[in-house]
Amino acid sequence: MEAYIKAVACQMGSHEVTNADIVRDFPDWSEQKISVKIGIDKRYVAGEETASDLAFKAAKKLIVQESIDKTSIDAIILCTQSPDYFLPTTACVLQDRLGLRTDVMAFDYNLGCSGYVYGLGICKSFIVAGLAKNILLLTAETYNRYIDKSDRGNRALFSDAGTATLISAERGLFKIGAPVYGTDGSGYTNLIVKGGGARNPDEKAGNLFMDGPTIFNFTLEAVPPLVQETLKRNSLEFDDVSCFIFHQANKHMLKFIREAIHIPEDKFYLCLQNYGNTVSSTIPICLDNFVQDGRVKSGDKYLLAGFGVGYSWGAITLEA
Amino acid sequence: MDIKEFIENFAAEFEMTEPEEFNENTQYRDLEEWDSLLGLSIIGMINNNYGVKVTGEEVKNAGTIMGLFKIVESRVK
Repeated sequence: MEAYIKAVACQMGSHEVTNADIVRDFPDWSEQKISVKIGIDKRYVAGEETASDLAFKAAKKLIVQESIDKTSIDAIILCTQSPDYFLPTTACVLQDRLGLRTDVMAFDYNLGCSGYVYGLGICKSFIVAGLAKNILLLTAETYNRYIDKSDRGNRALFSDAGTATLISAERGLFKIGAPVYGTDGSGYTNLIVKGGGARNPDEKAGNLFMDGPTIFNFTLEAVPPLVQETLKRNSLEFDDVSCFIFHQANKHMLKFIREAIHIPEDKFYLCLQNYGNTVSSTIPICLDNFVQDGRVKSGDKYLLAGFGVGYSWGAITLEA
Repeated sequence: MDIKEFIENFAAEFEMTEPEEFNENTQYRDLEEWDSLLGLSIIGMINNNYGVKVTGEEVKNAGTIMGLFKIVESRVK
C-alpha cells in the first residue's frame, strides 16, 4: 500500500504587510535592507481570523478546487501551535465546520517547522495501516499574535497562513516516501512562547523569543546528516533528487544550509520572498507554487525537510 | 589558516560595505551595516569554510576580525 499527496491549497492571513509598512514602524530600517538581507518583500498577518479560520479557508479552497467528495474524507489532522482553545481540539471544531462525516478521526498535533513532514509521515502510516483512505492534513499558524510590536526582526520574518493537503491511498500528484525524524529537547528555550501555559500561567501568551544564532547553529548541525539519512532510507543517491524543498526559515539560513550540503541553486526551491516564514506551512506553500510553476515531472524525486522549534526536525521524499 | 583569506571571506558576507574597509583590526560591530543577521552570516561562513562552530556570543564579543580569527584558528584541527 502506498500513500499519495493528491492536492494542496493555501490561505494567507488577511493583511498583506510590505517592507514599506515595516519601515513605517522602524524608520532606521530601509525597505531595501529588509529585502536584501531577510529576503522577504511581503508577509501576511491575520486580522480577526484565527489559525483555524485560515485552515478552514484553505480546506474549503481545496475541496472546491479539486471537487473533493467530503464524504470520502475519513480523517482530519491539524498541525498548529496557535489553537483556538486549550480544549477542545481545533480539528474537532473544523470537522463540524467543514461538514465532514462524524465517523472520522480528528486531532491536532503541536509542532512548528517540522510539522508538515511529521504530518506526511502520520498520514502515510494511517493509510498504510488501513486506518484511513483520504486524510485532510492541515497546517495553520498565527505566530504574529505572539510577536511583540517592537520586535522588528521577527515581525519582518514571520507570516500567518494555513494550508490543506489531501493525502490518499489513491494515486495522485506525489507518492510519499520514507521519513526520518529527530528531536533534541535540550534546545527548547531557544525558540519559545513562555507565557499562557501551565508553567507560567500568569504571563500572557506572547513575546515569542528566538535565539537566532543558536537556532542557526542547530540547523547547520542537524540538517546535513538528516538529508544523508533520508537519502539512505529511500535508497537514493544525492543526484537522484530533482529538487530539495526545505522549510523556508530565512534567506541566510537557507543559503548556508544549501552550501553546506552542496545543493546546486537550480535544485533548491525558494519561495520566501512573497510569503515570509509561515512555520509549518512553508513546505506546502512551496509545493503549491512548485506545482503551479509547472515544475512537476513524472518520475522526478524531491526531498522535503523541516527543522526548528523543539528542536524538532524531519525529512521525507516524494516521487511525482 | 590565512588571515588574509579570512578577512576576504568575512567581507564577502557584507552587501553594502566595500571590501577595502576590512582589515584585521576592524571592529566589525561598529560598521554601519552590522546587524544580528550579519552575525548569522558570519556563523554560517565560518561553519561552511572552516568546519568550526562559533556561538552568537562569541561573534558578539570577539571585537575585531583578528579576535574572531583567533577563536576559529584555535578550533580548526
